[in-house]
Amino acid sequence: MANVTLRNVRKTYPGGFEAIKGVNVDVGDGQFCVLVGPSGCGKSTLLRMVAGLETISSGEIDIGGRIVNQIEPADRDIAMVFQNYALYPHMSVYNNMAYGLRNRGMAEAEVKTRVEEAARVLELAPMLERKPRQLSGGQRQRVAMGRAIVRQPKVFLFDEPLSNLDAKLRIAMRVEIRKLQRRLNTTSIYVTHDQLEAMTLADILVVMNGGQVEQIGNPLDIYQKPATTFVASFIGAPPMNLMPLGSDELKSQIAGPDGAGILGIRPEDFVLSSETVSGGVALDLTVEAIEHVGAETFVYGSRQRAEQGVAANPGELPPGEVIVRVPGATGPAIGERIRALAPRDKLHLFTADGRKRVG
Amino acid sequence: MVEEEGIRRYVAHIILWIGIAIVAFPVYIAIIASTQDNAAIANGQMSLLPGGHFFETYYQTLFVGTSGSTREPVLNMMLNSLIMAMMIAVGKIAISIISAYGIVYFRFPFRMPIFWIIFITLMLPVEVRIYPTYKIVADLHLLDSYAGLSLPLIASATATLLFRQFFMTVPDELLEASRIDGAGPFRFFWDTLLPLSRTNMAALFVILFILGWNQYLWPLLITTRDDMQTIQVGIRKMITTTDALTEWPVVMATALLAMLPPIFVVVAMQKLFVRGLVETEK
Repeated sequence: MANVTLRNVRKTYPGGFEAIKGVNVDVGDGQFCVLVGPSGCGKSTLLRMVAGLETISSGEIDIGGRIVNQIEPADRDIAMVFQNYALYPHMSVYNNMAYGLRNRGMAEAEVKTRVEEAARVLELAPMLERKPRQLSGGQRQRVAMGRAIVRQPKVFLFDEPLSNLDAKLRIAMRVEIRKLQRRLNTTSIYVTHDQLEAMTLADILVVMNGGQVEQIGNPLDIYQKPATTFVASFIGAPPMNLMPLGSDELKSQIAGPDGAGILGIRPEDFVLSSETVSGGVALDLTVEAIEHVGAETFVYGSRQRAEQGVAANPGELPPGEVIVRVPGATGPAIGERIRALAPRDKLHLFTADGRKRVG
Repeated sequence: MVEEEGIRRYVAHIILWIGIAIVAFPVYIAIIASTQDNAAIANGQMSLLPGGHFFETYYQTLFVGTSGSTREPVLNMMLNSLIMAMMIAVGKIAISIISAYGIVYFRFPFRMPIFWIIFITLMLPVEVRIYPTYKIVADLHLLDSYAGLSLPLIASATATLLFRQFFMTVPDELLEASRIDGAGPFRFFWDTLLPLSRTNMAALFVILFILGWNQYLWPLLITTRDDMQTIQVGIRKMITTTDALTEWPVVMATALLAMLPPIFVVVAMQKLFVRGLVETEK
C-alpha cells in the first residue's frame, strides 16, 4: 500500500525532444489513477518512468515515501501489465507467474500458495500447465494480471492492457480489473487512450496532451467542467461541440464573462424544440446524417448560413457541424430542418485559445 | 492437387523415379563396392550385387585401416572429425549467441563499429586468411591438437548476424517484464533468450556441424600425425597410393561411414525443426 507522487517530472530525450514537460500528480493510497490522452502525449512514457524502464531527466518520483529515481525496476515494488502481455512464451502459466517470485528467492511452498491463490481469483486454475500460445487473448490477459498480483506489490502499473482484446471482452475485463483493484486495494496507475475506459475506471483521471497535464480530477468533475477545449473534446463520446464565438451579437446573447472566445455544448445537452429559451442558445440545423445506436440517436446537423437566405436567429453562430444526441430510436429525417436548444447552465465557455475555462 | 488423368501421372512418376535413380545410384555403387573383393573392382569386373566381404571390409576399415599408405583405423579418424565438428559447432553457437546478445542488448562505446568489424569478417573465409592463421596456431604450439583444429574456425560472423536478427524480433516488453521480475542481464539471457533461441540453435547446429565435419584444407595443413587425422583428409590419403593398389572396398566403406554422422545429425535435429516451425509464436 503506497502513495505515488510525481513532482515536476520531466523527460528529455538525447535528441532534445521533451516528452514530458513537468508533471505533478499525487495518487493516494489504494486509488486508481488513469492517465489518458491521444497517442504521443507521453502517458506511456510517464508510466514507464514510474516503472523504472525509462530514466527521469529531472524531478522526483516517490513511491510509498521513497524516492525511486535511482532504483532498479525490480526493487521499486511495482508490477506491470503490458499491452502485449509480455508473457514468457516458453514457460507454463504457472511458471510465468512464479518466475518473479523465484527470482526473489522465495521458498517454493510460498510460491505455490501465491500462484494458486492468484489462479483461483482469476479462474486460471485449470490452465496452469498450459503455455501462453494455448490460451485465448482474454486468458493471456489474466495471466499477465496474475503475474502482477502474485508479487503483492505496492503499485500496479497497467500499460493499455485491454487494447488487444475485442470490444466485448474489453468491457468484461475492464469490470474485472476494477473489481480486483477494489478488493486488493492496491494503488494503481493505468494508461489508456480510450476515454470511456478512463471514465469508468478512474478515481483520479489525468488528461494529458503534448507531454503536459491538461487536467487532473474526479472523472465526473472533468466531464462536467473541462478545464480546456482539449479536455472538452477528448473526454466524452461523441465529443463536445465547440464553436468559436465570432459575432458580438452572440456574445451579448449568451451573457458570458469577458474573454470567452469558444462555446462548447455536449451533444446530450441539446433539446430539439421550436421554442426559444432565454439565456440559452438556439441553433437552427439542417440534418446531414443520422446514427442509430438503439438507446440513443446521434443527429449530425450543419448550421444554416446567412447567405442561404435564412433570417439570422438570436442564437446564430458561425457555420460548422453540430452533433445532437436524441434519446430513443426516433430522430428527425435527413434534410429536415430542426432547432436545437441548450440551456445556459449547460454551456461551456473557454478563452479563444482554448487553454482556459471562463464559464 | 487436382487429380491428374492416368497417363500423365505415370509419366510424372517415371520422371521422378529416374531422378531418384540418378542421385541414388552412386551411393548404391559405393555400398556394393564396399562389400566386394578388391581384386574384382581393380579388374573392372565388379558385380552390381552385394559381395561377401561386408563384415571383413568394415572390420578392417574401422579398426585396422588400409594396409598401404595410411595405417590409421577409420574409427579413430571419425572420432577426430567428430570432436572437431562438435567443437566448431558448439563453439560457434556459444561465441556468436553471446556476441549477438552483447550487440543487441547493451549500449557500449563503439557498438556499431564493432558490429561492422564482425560483419566484414564475413568476407574473409578461412582460405583467404590461411597463412596468418597458420602462423598464429603454429606459434601457439597448437599444431596436431584439437584446439588447433577447431579454434580458428569458431569465430562466426554468419551465426552472430543470425542471432542478432532473431534477438531483434524478440519484443522489448519481454526484457522489460524480466527486469520487473527481478531478472538481471544474465538471468534474462539464460531463462528467456536461450530457450527462445532453441530452434535457431538447432538449425545452426546442423549447418555448422556439417561445415565442421567437411573441413578439408585446414586439417590437412595443421595435422601431421596420423592419429590426429580427420576422416576427410584420410579418405584422400587412401586413394593416392604410390606403389600399391588402392583398396577400393575400404575407401568406399570409409566414404559411407563419413556420411553417417551428418545424416544422423540432420535426422535427429529434424524433429526440433518441425516443432520450431509449429511453435514460432513469441
